[in-house]
Amino acid sequence: MANIVKVGMADLNVCKSPDGITTLGLGSCVGICIRDPIAKVGGLAHAMLPDSTQIENNSNRAKFADTGIDDLVKKLIAMGGKKARFEAKIAGGAQMFAFQNKSDMVRVGERNVEASKKKLKELGIPLKAQDTGLNYGRTIIFYPETGDLVIRSAGKPEKTI
Amino acid sequence: MSENISFEKVTTQYYDVLKELGNIGAGNATTALAQMLQTKVDMKVPQVRLLDFKDVGEVMGGEEQIVVGIYLAVEGDITGSIMFILEQCAGKALVSKLMGTPPSEGDFSEIEISAMKEIGNIITGAYLNSLAQMTNLKMLPSVPDLNIDMLNAILSVPAIEFGIMGDQILLIQTVFTDEVDLNGYFILMPDLESYSKMLGALGLPI
Repeated sequence: MANIVKVGMADLNVCKSPDGITTLGLGSCVGICIRDPIAKVGGLAHAMLPDSTQIENNSNRAKFADTGIDDLVKKLIAMGGKKARFEAKIAGGAQMFAFQNKSDMVRVGERNVEASKKKLKELGIPLKAQDTGLNYGRTIIFYPETGDLVIRSAGKPEKTI
Repeated sequence: MSENISFEKVTTQYYDVLKELGNIGAGNATTALAQMLQTKVDMKVPQVRLLDFKDVGEVMGGEEQIVVGIYLAVEGDITGSIMFILEQCAGKALVSKLMGTPPSEGDFSEIEISAMKEIGNIITGAYLNSLAQMTNLKMLPSVPDLNIDMLNAILSVPAIEFGIMGDQILLIQTVFTDEVDLNGYFILMPDLESYSKMLGALGLPI
């Protein structure tokens, strides 16, 4: 029986097939899933903020899209993954309330998504699929075996990207 | 003034002050709720919790639990935002009480959502009022916005605001007791500049 590894807010972790990896209730945060389809290892980072360089207190690297992705890639390589084979999927980055109008909060969901894409591009990791934005939460489960990313939301049918 | 505050100093003092303000605000909110429902509502002593982000969902009854989140911006002398989170069943119970109808099944209807917004408005308004009185600072709440979704998704909004400063979130858990216990959580998020104003108004060293 495969295990499902759980990742909390501002956290990241990795797993090996046939295990899957999940994070529950992504809101404005973004979930970045990366796998190596040959080594069958994969991981998930649950990032809250786009850019570690804009925040003074940035010691928790998993909290940011940029440093979170860096660390996730390092962990996957340490598990036997090859960067050249990595592929990614992302989900989350919703705007949960109509007015998140404070300077730091403006479009934070959208900015999390943009920052994740930018970082993946820099590292040369192709983005295979995404389910981002809108105004609802998402629970995601990622399977490194197939690369399937299952998305569950309240009052909506489950989907796989 | 705010430029002189070092970050480390802010985080420790910040939580202590918010904790105290939170306690008083919750008491006022309970009184307002009782007046609105025209019934006696008791409040258990609020629990103030400082939690790591990764533990937040578990403490509040599960990351995927469906909750009602009411979010308001605050303007005036103090700027920032405030969130009130209520379990879905508690929200339904309050709405049915306010409307004088039996609790409904399933999703909130349009009219229930607008009643819920009104309840949120009154509770958070009472909360802010007590803070304003204590500090003698003007605090004007915006029109509330409401969303019903998974706990962690709702919480991501205040968590991100706290995330700019640190890795923990401060929750004030308030249990209102009417016929049943209703679990609610207040989350106060003053901006850093407002924090020093509040401290100053309370006569605390900055």
